[in-house]
Amino acid sequence: MGTNAGLRNINDKSMQEANLPALDLASVSYAYGKRQALENVTFSIAPGRFAVLLGLNGAGKTTLFSLISHLFATRHGRIHVFGHDIDRRPGDALRRLGIVFQARTLDLDLSVHQNLSYHASLHGIRSREANRRIHDLMQSIDMSDRLHEKARSLSGGQIRRVEIVRALLHEPSLLLLDEATVGLDIKSRATILADIRKLVEEKGISVLWATHLIDEVSHADQVIVLNQGKLVANGPVHEVVKNAGAVTINEAFSRLTGIYALNAGNRL
Amino acid sequence: MTDIASHAPIGHSRFGVMNYLVCLKGILIREGLRYLNQRERFISSLVRPLLWLFIFAAGFRQVLGVSIIPPYQTYVLYEVYITPGLCGMILLFSGMQSSLSMVYDREMGNMRTLLVSPFPRWFLLVSKLLAGVAVSIIQVYAFLFIAWFWGVKAPPSGYLLTLPALFLSGMMLGALGMLLSSLIKQLENFAGIMNFVIFPMYFASSALYPLWRVQEASPLLYKICLLNPFTYAVELVRFAFYGQIEWTSLAVVCGFTIVFIAGAIIAYDPSRGLVIKKQEGGNN
Repeated sequence: MGTNAGLRNINDKSMQEANLPALDLASVSYAYGKRQALENVTFSIAPGRFAVLLGLNGAGKTTLFSLISHLFATRHGRIHVFGHDIDRRPGDALRRLGIVFQARTLDLDLSVHQNLSYHASLHGIRSREANRRIHDLMQSIDMSDRLHEKARSLSGGQIRRVEIVRALLHEPSLLLLDEATVGLDIKSRATILADIRKLVEEKGISVLWATHLIDEVSHADQVIVLNQGKLVANGPVHEVVKNAGAVTINEAFSRLTGIYALNAGNRL
Repeated sequence: MTDIASHAPIGHSRFGVMNYLVCLKGILIREGLRYLNQRERFISSLVRPLLWLFIFAAGFRQVLGVSIIPPYQTYVLYEVYITPGLCGMILLFSGMQSSLSMVYDREMGNMRTLLVSPFPRWFLLVSKLLAGVAVSIIQVYAFLFIAWFWGVKAPPSGYLLTLPALFLSGMMLGALGMLLSSLIKQLENFAGIMNFVIFPMYFASSALYPLWRVQEASPLLYKICLLNPFTYAVELVRFAFYGQIEWTSLAVVCGFTIVFIAGAIIAYDPSRGLVIKKQEGGNN
């Protein structure tokens, strides 16, 4: 009886969570001293959605990621991950987040397996279960033969893929990727992007994909555009294009970030 | 990545004691592996105190007479006197080495993987501290093993009884290192720690000479030594070797451990921390 009630309770909670936004930002601002990095940013991402956070270098993408992942405290505004306030209940929120940082964060002196096991332990996953997940995930990216090699011996693309595997080890509901394809060749970029899209499509994991590469946007995506710390567009691709008075997302991005005017000026 | 998507989100229950232990074990293993991968770190951690023991102590044996002071019940060789101080030196350097590795981890980005763990930040920092202390205690026992062959011997039970003292002293110095790591912006600034923390702490203590001798030479330096927490760490270890507890040292070491750990936890807290303030300016 008690067990059934407990299970019902868990299911109720899961149902409630499924109806909440995967990520919800309300009036988030952040400043480095006097320099305003983010100003009144508000948007949300529905569960199972692939959202692309577009912005030029210095737009505030990394600051936003640092706030969402609780590396920085939110001084102004609120951030919720599946209803959990990142500042008030960081543990509950972080448990639902898988994060791939812009900078490489694998320990190059440790093997791939040691890196992944370390991450699993940081999420309280026991070694037997961790090993099962590591083997399954590494097999799924055809890299199980590299498991016991030092991370240092991997290529840039392989390191990124291992970092994505690491971010998935604790089975998060929302995946954050900060410029995950920067510095990779075209093939590696395409592979990683396709893998992540498949993840969203098949298993309903929500994704926030930060990039400044416009060709990584697909028609079905939610697009969020940041420019100089301000949110200048948010919505489905066709809506963002239409509101910007553009024909393509490329043109819309150029208009929203001022590149268009710059190019026009150069032509004159 | 053909089947990566087979790993669906699952229900997220709260962590139990076992999960905390798994996390602690993971951090301990990682620190141990890093240490094993850096053999030169192990060798240099041994060479430093051994040089002091083999060369400095041998030379000063004739110059510095050590009278009978507690916990010693007879005249002791200078090598015997400075051995607890050299144990403290290992703990001090190791604690600072940990802070260096935290600054390195922060610069390289590895620190982020630790800080975005869903476990409470205080627990993650204390676990990292414990891992660093475990490594430094192994270094101390390796040093004592070699010193034993050099004829520097404590009572057999002393080797076991000193373990809690080494642990407490290691915690205090490791926590100090952790606190300092939050104040250092870049790896290059670590040289300042050597000059302004390690050397003054080591020399202005009872590690190399008894405090009564310091008092005879300079009352001011004597007072500075009394204010130095490292003095109490050394004395705690010294008395423990002979199965005794120096209560003042125990209280001071425990007190400073709590203060330094609390400081490090505050410094690494994103809402109040110094670490973020140090990083400001470099991000977009």
